[in-house]
Amino acid sequence: MVKRQVGLLRVWVVAVLVAAGSMPSAWAQQRWLPIAEDGLRDPASPAVRLLQPPEEALSKLEPDTAGNQVRWVKALDKGQIEPRSSILPGTEVEVYDGDVYLNLRGGMPPVRFPHREHTLWLACSNCHDEIFKKEPGSNKLSMFVILQGEQCGVCHGAVAFPLTECSRCHNTTREEALAAVERQQAERAAAKAKGAAR
Amino acid sequence: MTVRWLVVVLAAMFLALIAMPAQSEYADVVLNRFSEKEGMRPVVFPHWFHRIRFRCKVCHSELGFKMRAGANEVRMTDIIEGRFCGMCHDGQIAWAADNCDLCHSGKPGLPPGIFGGHETSGPGRW
Repeated sequence: MVKRQVGLLRVWVVAVLVAAGSMPSAWAQQRWLPIAEDGLRDPASPAVRLLQPPEEALSKLEPDTAGNQVRWVKALDKGQIEPRSSILPGTEVEVYDGDVYLNLRGGMPPVRFPHREHTLWLACSNCHDEIFKKEPGSNKLSMFVILQGEQCGVCHGAVAFPLTECSRCHNTTREEALAAVERQQAERAAAKAKGAAR
Repeated sequence: MTVRWLVVVLAAMFLALIAMPAQSEYADVVLNRFSEKEGMRPVVFPHWFHRIRFRCKVCHSELGFKMRAGANEVRMTDIIEGRFCGMCHDGQIAWAADNCDLCHSGKPGLPPGIFGGHETSGPGRW
């Protein structure tokens, strides 16, 4: 009996190893389902024949392992896509370059939040002041709240890269983050002093 | 006993590996607050297609789409009069609203919301 079980186990171990061996390549290889098989479109709908399949567009962009399997910011920076910033005449397009360091004392590594990458896509008013207040330190961020689809989770986990990509936000060592915050404070103090001297 | 459990676990792993469910593209949004009641298929909105052509701020700032799926009460009359989707789907920037089936393409009975493997297994709103 035990012998049979061991034999069976051996079969399974081999099977799993074979499957696992083929998996990394299957995972590394990007795949987008055809529109008719996406589980949302009615296969009887004419749209299935007429709409662009995701693979045709997305396979040409910077690859990723999560979400749409596209590094959207990189695709933008490299000029692979040129999405319009506005369609109405007179819309002021704002891009702001400034990093915010968060979670300086948490268990996970600190977060460097880059305004630049976010304002390439978003308007300031998309986040401020409804989701986040502008004053540094005035937002009580919590991973629990984010995982419920609030704060960063309004986009991350829905349309921007998902919340399973921890290290993309928790991306900075404590030493680096503290040094950067010190630099920012010094710059702000210097700017203030300069303003006062005028 | 331990061996038997190992077989079960390994079998489960193997089955999990080969069973890949059909999955919509990340961030696809289904709009079905009114569609099916009005006798049309639900709308499937693909974020990926639109963000290649427009930045988030165009729809979520200029056009006034709230960021939360389900927070926008979009009626066909709005679109025909040039609001929401109708800002671009006017026959100039993108196809006009008379191409009903291109948007109203979802399976019957789809619940409104955002789709595409976004789940983080938390108790999320999404």
